[in-house]
Amino acid sequence: MDAIETKINAYLTRFFPGVTLGLDDDIFSLGFVNSMFALQLVTFLEHGFEIEIENEDLELDNFRSIGAMRRFVERKRSDAG
Amino acid sequence: MGVGVAQSLAQTGHRAIVVDVSDAVLERARKEMKNGLRAVALFKKPAIDPREVTSRVTYTTDYQALSAASFVVENVTEKWDIKKDVYRRLDEICKPEVVFAANTSAISITKIGSATKRPAQVVGMHFMNPVPMKPMVEVIRGYHTTPATLEAAKRFLAEMGKDCIVVEDSPGFVSNRVLMLTINEAVFLLQDRVAEAVEVDRIFKTCFEHKMGPLETADLIGLDTILYSIEVLHESFNDDKYRPCPLLKKMVDAGLLGRKSGHGFYRYE
Repeated sequence: MDAIETKINAYLTRFFPGVTLGLDDDIFSLGFVNSMFALQLVTFLEHGFEIEIENEDLELDNFRSIGAMRRFVERKRSDAG
Repeated sequence: MGVGVAQSLAQTGHRAIVVDVSDAVLERARKEMKNGLRAVALFKKPAIDPREVTSRVTYTTDYQALSAASFVVENVTEKWDIKKDVYRRLDEICKPEVVFAANTSAISITKIGSATKRPAQVVGMHFMNPVPMKPMVEVIRGYHTTPATLEAAKRFLAEMGKDCIVVEDSPGFVSNRVLMLTINEAVFLLQDRVAEAVEVDRIFKTCFEHKMGPLETADLIGLDTILYSIEVLHESFNDDKYRPCPLLKKMVDAGLLGRKSGHGFYRYE
């Protein structure tokens, strides 16, 4: 795991203790995420990686797995830079 | 929670007036609605236009604004002394035909009706969090609530895109009488060291396909609210099955209130 993935993984495992997530595991289909937690996740990515999440970014596919979130964070960073 | 109700109304094309005690609280309400609209953008397709929705909502500290309202949903704190005063003011300001819906999970709808001159037009609406995501509302018929009022309540909810289940006025109604007892018993399981919090919750999620376990739910609602509700049930029914678990009391005393304090049965950021 790279630095971004490790940070996301550390955040998720705080909420799902005892669960090991693979990079491509779909956290929605595993039943771990309700709407409340999904929002928390969006805020975490915004603050944790200093990116601005716009309305058009709010697609579940961006937040589905650790890998998807890493790709999303990188895309936002390169858009901003 | 009033913000969620206002958001649901605005999303379905209605104008909503949010009245609260101070500008600071209203500012928090604005932020909450922004977050709520994000959740809708994530989970509901086709997505809504947040700017359009936001433009239908007015925020004010002035009760007089409610003289224009055609329906009122009251969401104030679950303290009788506060609610009583709010209803007296609403009764004076609102048009006589307006129905008052009390969004409460603990206080008797019949008692609320008695604080107004229109008890026949008072009904309970127990919304679930997050309001815009939940399609169902527990509606409560007070002693004096008329069929016409119930019909008005049903129409109002239908226009918000929600369905309802009507129950009689009784402490905890249906939802909280069962939920609070379940959470309290789950805390007893922890106290008796039968299982860890995460194990208790996983049993509910994986065996019964609940979206959340009872202890996660308690963290979300707030442990102080849980304790307060179970105490109301205990007092109302005089039945020891509602005795609050000592561990729950201890956690509340220690300030472990769940998500809002950052620590409950789980830790939060």
